[in-house]
Amino acid sequence: MQPAGYGTSPDRLDATFTALADPTRRAILARLASGEASVTELAEPFAMSQPAISKHLKVLERAGLISIGQDAQRRPRRLEGRPLAEATEWLEGYRQFWEGSFQRLDALLNEMKTPRKKRPRRRTTR
Amino acid sequence: MKNTGTLIVTTPSDREIVLTRVFDAPRQLVFDAFTKPELLKRWFGPRGFSLVVCEVDLRVGGSWRFVLRGPDGKDMGMRGVYREIAPPDRSVHTESFDDFPGESIVTTVLVEERGRTTLTATVLYPSQEVRDAVIDSGMEHGAAETYDKLAEMLLAATT
Repeated sequence: MQPAGYGTSPDRLDATFTALADPTRRAILARLASGEASVTELAEPFAMSQPAISKHLKVLERAGLISIGQDAQRRPRRLEGRPLAEATEWLEGYRQFWEGSFQRLDALLNEMKTPRKKRPRRRTTR
Repeated sequence: MKNTGTLIVTTPSDREIVLTRVFDAPRQLVFDAFTKPELLKRWFGPRGFSLVVCEVDLRVGGSWRFVLRGPDGKDMGMRGVYREIAPPDRSVHTESFDDFPGESIVTTVLVEERGRTTLTATVLYPSQEVRDAVIDSGMEHGAAETYDKLAEMLLAATT
């Protein structure tokens, strides 16, 4: 299995993937994907203290995945797209590597399921 | 979480990559397609690549060897050893590339439900160094993802 490679710095990717390796942090990012939020708002859905959430936010901040917005009072966190886009792009290359294979496998499995009968015509060539 | 045909790629830890894909076929067929050379030759490899060598010694301790030939005529070899074989739902094998250092461990699990099979393949890299080498290997550039897709991926990884 061979994934794709890019000009992206491996260190940067490492920091991104390390930050993404935790379910709470992924949930925080998923929440921020729909708009910025304060620490209190982010802590709400989790059974976790605010300091514990703050710790996760620090990791995300260090990886450049989030930043702190203008509002000095609320200090809202917001998603920083670039490192995530780089990481996702890398994954997308990986995904494409396999998707080409799996589409052919779909056709093969279809054929294996209907061994001797007439093969359905609906699957036209690409 | 999705229907047949959607490949989901997640990174549950910094050394792992997990592929999840649903196939509209019973798991015995999927297992066969992953382990029988005459079947593997018909689908394995990205578009434009062909599997010119495919040897499988399907037993614990048995080895496998694939060579993929690219559209530019360049060959890419990979090999490994089977560590666990439990047809039709589970296998574990090692995997290494001729051109890259290190060996990864691939755990494949097939779960069948109402005639459809969910494949989960977990690739565990030995170290970040190896993953970096893989990242630097320079295959074709993928299309950039939209935030929507990204959010979906993150949610999928969260649940």
